[in-house]
Amino acid sequence: MSMLTTTGLDLAYGDFKVLNGVTMEMSLSGLHGMIGPNGAGKSTLFAVLSGFSRQTAGKVNFAGTAFEQLSAVERARHGFGRTFQVPREFKHLSVRENLKVGARHQPGESLIKLLLAPGEVRRAEAAISERVEHTLDFLKLRAVADNLAGGLSGGQKKLLELGRVLMSDPKFILLDEPYAGVNPVLIEEISARISELNQQGIGFLIIEHNLEALNRLVDDLYVMDRGTLLAHGKPDEVLADAGVRAAYMGSH
Amino acid sequence: MVSYLATILIIMVIYILLAFSLDLQYGFTGLINFGLVGFFGVGAYTSALVTMNLGLPAWLSFPAAMLVAGLLSWPLGRIALRLRDDYLAIVTLGFSEIIRLVIVKEDWLTHGVQGISGIPRLWPNWSSSASELFLLCALITAAALTTLVMRRITQSPYGRTIQAIRDDEVAVIALGKDPSIFKTQVLVIGGAIAGLAGAFYAHYITYIVPDQFVPITTFYIWMAIIMGGVARLLGSISGAVLLVFLLEGTRFLRGYIPGVTDAGMASFQLGVIGVLLILFMRWRPQGLFGKRSAT
Repeated sequence: MSMLTTTGLDLAYGDFKVLNGVTMEMSLSGLHGMIGPNGAGKSTLFAVLSGFSRQTAGKVNFAGTAFEQLSAVERARHGFGRTFQVPREFKHLSVRENLKVGARHQPGESLIKLLLAPGEVRRAEAAISERVEHTLDFLKLRAVADNLAGGLSGGQKKLLELGRVLMSDPKFILLDEPYAGVNPVLIEEISARISELNQQGIGFLIIEHNLEALNRLVDDLYVMDRGTLLAHGKPDEVLADAGVRAAYMGSH
Repeated sequence: MVSYLATILIIMVIYILLAFSLDLQYGFTGLINFGLVGFFGVGAYTSALVTMNLGLPAWLSFPAAMLVAGLLSWPLGRIALRLRDDYLAIVTLGFSEIIRLVIVKEDWLTHGVQGISGIPRLWPNWSSSASELFLLCALITAAALTTLVMRRITQSPYGRTIQAIRDDEVAVIALGKDPSIFKTQVLVIGGAIAGLAGAFYAHYITYIVPDQFVPITTFYIWMAIIMGGVARLLGSISGAVLLVFLLEGTRFLRGYIPGVTDAGMASFQLGVIGVLLILFMRWRPQGLFGKRSAT
């Protein structure tokens, strides 16, 4: 089975360890959740996994490929997608254009192909447009397809980011707080889409503070606290754990 | 009068080319280039030297100017793209000043502060006014071709991706695309367009000195694209036209304001443009034809 594994992952600023020996192993086909109090190192872990921050020690392996020395661009090209805690939409592009940027194999991104192979560029563009229309329907973004992304609501931006990363054909997606600032109806909607994508074979690791929604969605939960993995298991068991409750309540 | 009109049009179209260059880099890609005039200067000197020292026909010096100005942008890109936006601004400003100082110091090649005079016109056998009109036609043709190239680049998947880089580079990286490749290419293309403008300038003015390539020209072009509207080709064109009208229009005002010296008038011109920029920022931040504000 394809796995994402980390071994003894450390990230230290001077003496302060933001990540401290994070070791985990998860299937790339699963739906995994990650919780923990603010400042536990969850988003930092995402940054290290996706190559935006460099670990000070440890290893990352993605589906058999050693990841720890690869750039963020190379990791994404291996099918490792991610979204961000604060949405990073292309604000002066329309929703449609945002999705198109996500598409991977557009020869028209090369100046030479643009000049010498306009037919090839056009065919690729037609195929991408078709996928974009499908994605717009899948994420129910059709009504805002021609709006500038900068004007979307917080929840729509989260959906757009998900759609954009889907356009890049990922095997596995890190979602950083997909429900933050999203209204309850849309939360159910996003959960349903994630489940559907998971059934199509895309794996997820999801950071989320909305425990109720996360609990219903994921197969297993990782709990982080102060840079370490505190617990891992079935959601109900993990949430019943006394240590986890203490960490969340801040009573340590 | 015809000659004066031709002069105005030539300067206008040269400014349009420079505005295209800057708009591709800043308007579409978000690269803050404060050193545009350096590439303009390199184009002017390259084309003058190629024509005069190598004895090549004048028209051949145009691709040479584009090549040298474009290639010179490449190392700048390699160095500067490791830096964040505002540092690129400082590096490019420094870069253009270094270029000017090298031109001043290397007088075995460039004749230093004395500059290069007697640069052949595009069609030396014709009378100067006929030659001027010929240059204007050639320049307009070149600008029209550049417009087509700019359209092809910006209204394509490539153009979409450079605008995405402008809006959020981190998100582009997360999608598996390397922004530094795009940014380097855009710097090189922009450099080449500025170089082309420089070549036309040299063959029009026939006399170039380092003092013609000071940073104020860079900022004139910034004013043009901000007034016209960024990330729109029509914005670059209208901004450059407006800029030349302002610069030339204020010159005529001099007859109506008694007791103003030349230096005073130059300051007055800048003052008028400054006030206009403030009014634009206040009432029309997206510029004449822009869809979004410049910042």
